[in-house]
Amino acid sequence: MTLLPFIALSVVAIAFALLLVLNRNAVHGALCLVVNFAAVAVFFLMLGAEFIAVVQVAVYAGAIMVLFLFVLMLLNIQGQEGGLEQKPRSQILIAAVLGILLLAEIGVLAPLAAGLGGAQAAAVPADFGSPRLVGLTLFRDHLLAFEIAAFILLAAMMGAVVLAKRRLA
Amino acid sequence: MAWNAPVPFASWVMLSGVLFSIGAVGFLIRKDPIIMFMCIELMLNAGNLLFIAAARYLGIMAGQVFVFFVMAVAAAEVAVGLAIIVAIFRTKSTIDVDEMSGMRG
Amino acid sequence: MIGDFLWLIPAFPLAGVLVNGLLGHRLPRMLSGTVACLAVLGSAVVSVMGLLHLLQTPAGQAREIHQTLFPWISTGSFQTSVSLMLDPLSAVMACVVTGVGFLIHVYSTGYMAHDPRYHRYFTYLNLFTFAMLLLVLADNFLLMFVGWEGVGLCSYLLIGFWFQKPSAAAAGKKAFLVNRVGDFGFLLGMLFIFAVFGSLDYRVVFDKVAAEPGAITATLTAICLLLFVGATGKSAQIPLYVWLPDAMEGPTPVSALIHAATMVTAGVYMVARCSILFVNAPAALLVIAIIGAATALFAATIGLVQNDIKRVLAYSTVSQLGYMFMACGVGAFAAAIFHLMTHAFFKALLFLGAGSVIHGIHEEQDIRRMGGLMKWMPITGFTFWIGTLAIAGIPPLSGFFSKDEIIWYSLAGPMGHWAFWAVGVVTAVLTAFYMARLTFKTFHGQPRMPEEIRSKIHESPLSMTTVLTALAVGAVFAGLVNIPEAIGHRLHLPENSIAAFTHFLEPSIVEKKEAALLIANAAGNAPVGFVRPAPHVDHALELPLMGLTFVLALLSIALGASWYVRRPGTATALAARAPALYSLLLNKYYVDEIYSAIIVRPGMAFSRFLWRGVDVLIIDGLVNAVAWFFGIASRLFRVVQSGYVRGYAAGMLAGALIVIWVLSR
Repeated sequence: MTLLPFIALSVVAIAFALLLVLNRNAVHGALCLVVNFAAVAVFFLMLGAEFIAVVQVAVYAGAIMVLFLFVLMLLNIQGQEGGLEQKPRSQILIAAVLGILLLAEIGVLAPLAAGLGGAQAAAVPADFGSPRLVGLTLFRDHLLAFEIAAFILLAAMMGAVVLAKRRLA
Repeated sequence: MAWNAPVPFASWVMLSGVLFSIGAVGFLIRKDPIIMFMCIELMLNAGNLLFIAAARYLGIMAGQVFVFFVMAVAAAEVAVGLAIIVAIFRTKSTIDVDEMSGMRG
Repeated sequence: MIGDFLWLIPAFPLAGVLVNGLLGHRLPRMLSGTVACLAVLGSAVVSVMGLLHLLQTPAGQAREIHQTLFPWISTGSFQTSVSLMLDPLSAVMACVVTGVGFLIHVYSTGYMAHDPRYHRYFTYLNLFTFAMLLLVLADNFLLMFVGWEGVGLCSYLLIGFWFQKPSAAAAGKKAFLVNRVGDFGFLLGMLFIFAVFGSLDYRVVFDKVAAEPGAITATLTAICLLLFVGATGKSAQIPLYVWLPDAMEGPTPVSALIHAATMVTAGVYMVARCSILFVNAPAALLVIAIIGAATALFAATIGLVQNDIKRVLAYSTVSQLGYMFMACGVGAFAAAIFHLMTHAFFKALLFLGAGSVIHGIHEEQDIRRMGGLMKWMPITGFTFWIGTLAIAGIPPLSGFFSKDEIIWYSLAGPMGHWAFWAVGVVTAVLTAFYMARLTFKTFHGQPRMPEEIRSKIHESPLSMTTVLTALAVGAVFAGLVNIPEAIGHRLHLPENSIAAFTHFLEPSIVEKKEAALLIANAAGNAPVGFVRPAPHVDHALELPLMGLTFVLALLSIALGASWYVRRPGTATALAARAPALYSLLLNKYYVDEIYSAIIVRPGMAFSRFLWRGVDVLIIDGLVNAVAWFFGIASRLFRVVQSGYVRGYAAGMLAGALIVIWVLSR
């Protein structure tokens, strides 16, 4: 967890995030996002969250992004969006102002946040972030939340089926 | 500043904030709902990153578990959201969000 | 014991209401009518059992049965329960209501046989019986008021039963509105009673008054006058009598039951029930006597020239009710109740006879197009004659005893005066004359109806003629329960059969001698100076005066026969010689027109002002202004609701930024 890989990876993550936003092609955008997710997964590894990093790659970069691409292919929209040119200027202006304000606030608040947890990483056991520890925490301390999450996923699955089903009418 | 110096916590916050801001601005300026969705995923990821960093710097596992739940909910949200987009496209033959202003007061 | 079954008396008709009201449209007609009749028969049986029980109770014991069903209102110092009381007065009333009511129910099964809303008619009729029984059996003013309002409602519903006819709907409305005026007075009187005595139970109020006679004469006078306002509304006395003649728009059995035999006598019942209050307020008694006498005379003169068979009877009813109030006013409450009972028989008989006539000649009501009906309808004609003789006061029919008792006490009663006596005699003469006119023009002389109807005239079905016969028996013999002392002593009848009815009622009603004492006592501190103690009239006069009225009544009938049968043109010629008087009487003294000009039109104008000025302009204006303000405001704010998702997102982000900024400070 040293500065060099952090900065290098940060550049990659930010660059691909920007590419996603500024890209005209949605498929390209999705691929940019996959790279961004991969970079974030490496960050997770750097932060000692091996299990979450793997889940990030498998679920996010894998399953969810495949779903995105699948829908993009399914709808097969060509030239529907003309990129940034057709946007109302005012919307871009508002977005720019709000974005700058957001960055400014974060810039002001980030040093304050650093004081909350100490500038340096805490000493943690060797198995911090291992699947075993994640599982123990999950099923010992957060069992109810886990069950609720399961139900949310079930409901989402049924909702997606109902919504996407072709109406007989 | 040495390249192999440890990363301070503020850096993680800044990185997470920048990614979040890019997602937010992207959401505001794009009209394609699928890309807007991706921007939402970007923002969620920025939040996840901060959770993981805080978990590491505070030495608490709960942060990682929370990210786990965020991912579950995000998956659910994507499934439903994309289904809605498909349904809208079927009925209106377009997915331009500015065309979907039927709720205007 | 009978006290535990008192609730059955009103419960039977209520059950009938539920059966006919909820299931009536599914039941066959036959069953619907039978249920209604049986319901009333059931309460009649229980009522008669109650009456017999009271009759068997030795004179020394309290002839009074109470049954408390359940506590009704219980707030602080105000306690009222739904409880029933059977004493001689309410027993007599209950028997009259259920007995005559039962006969009229039976009659209705024939009369209404072809009506499309048969079951609804019987629902209303049973509901009326229930309310009337509640009225007479209640043992406190509040429950009585429930019945009082209930009979008013049923009267409204039944007058307007054929609501497709605009005149019937209007008559129902008129009856309801005029009754409201009276009910308002009654309600005020009731509240006054509660304010003074702190209770609405008869026993409590009456005992308090009896304990200190003459103590609060002025207050009692106000209470009694307010109660009497209620009675004038319900019992059609001047000035609130105007609804009763119009009420004849309802089905004829309804006119017989509600507007002749029972409901309109509720006022008389109420005054008799509160006799202890009234004898302590002689000024109020005087007002009642004057109003009663005036109404009796006034309505009888109108009845002389009316041409609608039912309207003649309606004015006759108003006039007879005036008699009853005059009796109350002179302090002879028992005589009023006695006349109420006999009147219920013969007036119901007359109305049902009129209904039979109307039924038989195809809905014709104008006596100018009748005549000679005796030939076609012998049973109806014969029984109608009995009713006529009874109301005219021909001995030994019931009307003779009851009416002559009133006329006698209007002279010899505690508040008697020769003027009341004179009015009584003149009214009796007029009554005999207009009834003779009605009967002769309807049943005798040349038939005046169109030829094509003549062949279709028929006697009414058995269900109606049987009832007519039964009522005729009652009209003949009902008077024998109260043979006056003058006749009884002359004929050497056993002592306990003389004035038996009056003695039976004594526990419920202030007895005459006691009334005289109380009135004299209260008159000393009466607010009105001209109330004077009773005159002394020699009892030897009673028989000669009785004979005088009898002879005059006979002469009137004979005059009627000569004018309307022997020389049919006489009356018309007479009317032509005094056209002003004739049209004054024919148009009922223009009272309806006067009321319309004085009360209805200004009331309508004021209502229109409230509608257009206050309601539309001010109240609606305020409401509309509020709505207008929000309309403008929403037009401003709806701009925010653009329908563009990204616009909302921008707003959300801006809000989040503000929250973060505020929280971080």
